[in-house]
Amino acid sequence: MTNKIWVFIEQFKGVIAQSSFEALGEARKLTADLGGGVTALLMGQGVSELAQAVIAHGADEVLVAEDATLAEFRSEAYTAVLVKLAQEHKPEVILAGATTRGRDLLGMASIDLGSGAIADAIALKVVNGVVNATRPVYAGKLLSTVMCDERRPQLISLRPRAFPKPEPDSARTGTVTAVSAALAEDALPTKVVEYVVDENRVSLADARIIVSGGRGVGGPEGFAPVRELAETLGGALGASRAAVDAGWIPYAHQVGQTGKTVGPDLYIACGISGAIQHQAGMRTSKVIVAINKDPDAPIFKLARYGVVGDLFKIVPALSAEFKKRLGK
Amino acid sequence: MHVVVCVKQTPDSAAKMGVENGKVTWGEAGLVVNPWDEYAIEEAIRLKEKYGGKATALSMGPESAKEALKTCLAMGCDEAILLSDATLKGSDALATSYALAKAIQKMGDVDIVLFGKQAIDGDTGLVPIGLARRLGWAPLTYTIKIAELDVAAKTIRAERLLEQGRQIVTGQLPAVIGTVKDINEPRYPSFMGIRKASKANIPTWSAADIGCEPEKIGPTGSAMRWPTVYPLPTREGSVELLAGTPEEIATQLADKLLADKVI
Repeated sequence: MTNKIWVFIEQFKGVIAQSSFEALGEARKLTADLGGGVTALLMGQGVSELAQAVIAHGADEVLVAEDATLAEFRSEAYTAVLVKLAQEHKPEVILAGATTRGRDLLGMASIDLGSGAIADAIALKVVNGVVNATRPVYAGKLLSTVMCDERRPQLISLRPRAFPKPEPDSARTGTVTAVSAALAEDALPTKVVEYVVDENRVSLADARIIVSGGRGVGGPEGFAPVRELAETLGGALGASRAAVDAGWIPYAHQVGQTGKTVGPDLYIACGISGAIQHQAGMRTSKVIVAINKDPDAPIFKLARYGVVGDLFKIVPALSAEFKKRLGK
Repeated sequence: MHVVVCVKQTPDSAAKMGVENGKVTWGEAGLVVNPWDEYAIEEAIRLKEKYGGKATALSMGPESAKEALKTCLAMGCDEAILLSDATLKGSDALATSYALAKAIQKMGDVDIVLFGKQAIDGDTGLVPIGLARRLGWAPLTYTIKIAELDVAAKTIRAERLLEQGRQIVTGQLPAVIGTVKDINEPRYPSFMGIRKASKANIPTWSAADIGCEPEKIGPTGSAMRWPTVYPLPTREGSVELLAGTPEEIATQLADKLLADKVI
């Protein structure tokens, strides 16, 4: 617990979030500048068996808090454990994935610890012992360098997929220590009743491939070929605000300034003109393919590959081609 | 019931953002109510309409933020308060949540504080959760539906939109609720509302009015610094246009994407 760099390990129903592994990888890199090892904090109920995977991905020590009050993530219960341990052991840096849970946890802990939270970092660099974080502002239209100079710990959430996931090394060793919950059930102001989980949904933030449809798909039925291509490629289905506002597809699919910000390896924009608000949500994608009737659509300025044409002819042809190539 | 909605004035989401001499610019675009906040304003008005009481809009910012508050009044909020003071300038989420908590405490009778998911300028989303912690109230961030509200029993049942789907939670009031876009369809200000708002006298509270300790606000009360803001590096290269029949295009594109190792 004397390590300077800590990582919050997020798990949902016993599955560790990808962004937690990415944070472990970044924590290891920080040790080169800040010294010491990496301590991971794993919370839940019946989750101790996950500790080995946490060590394999870069932790030297795993603190495991198991309790009925921690079975579901609740920011008050998780914050209480994190804050108590941080006050006792005084880490320099605490990293988490910038998920709904990671952002809430660090934001809440920053109040108790009187320190600064950096949300949604996309790059970290140590300068004179202080972590300087790069983060998008104005929905990704600008970047900002931010730091927490004096107060400790530096609480930093990392945008999912902005950092590489480390390769697990099953030969790595580390210690596992049990720690206790900090609050009793009756001290918690909320209770989780249930989840309505969409089993088929690929989370846009975690997706390696996203195929999106916009105004050009013309209606709810127009999403069928777009969805087929997404499924063929094992990717997630995205949409522009125009398509969401028209009621063609639920908001959960929206990419852009008032939707999700994504950074997949491949983003295929079908019938999306590429308004500045949409660009803000997807411009960090590694490879962008634009399919649009209008050769002057701004999306072509971002794209590596462009097809000027009818998406209803091109997209099904792509699905057929990839089915062949991928042996589906 | 007293519902407070916290709003921020931000550049229009369609603005082309730039940086000149280290200062953020947004060209000719106007300042508007932060787009995410529109859903929180609508929810505040709906709660008031359904359960009675009043909806108050609260903004921390410069004098110009009164325009954003007028939009809230025009949509249907009953009152608006501007929290404005030179000493509040440069506050991060730590200091902002402190000042907002002081303002809410001064009001005294608040049952629910509503927020948009985040402000489209700083994009941190840290203030709602910070305020909930400051006040010790139930934190219901990412709420997509207020399913039940019992004003007498002071209980709430909300649905929150998380990565894996909807989480159904119950909690006690008072609560801080962060909203997401699908929670409602914000109304447009009515003609009468706009007329009423244009004549409204919006009170300004200073840091002293709400009892802020000077060392807890502004740069002194903040943990974070953000000394540099800069434009994104432009994407390199230009688009490679593919032509031919749909099948020819599909073959070419598949070759290229497989070679790029993105599939």
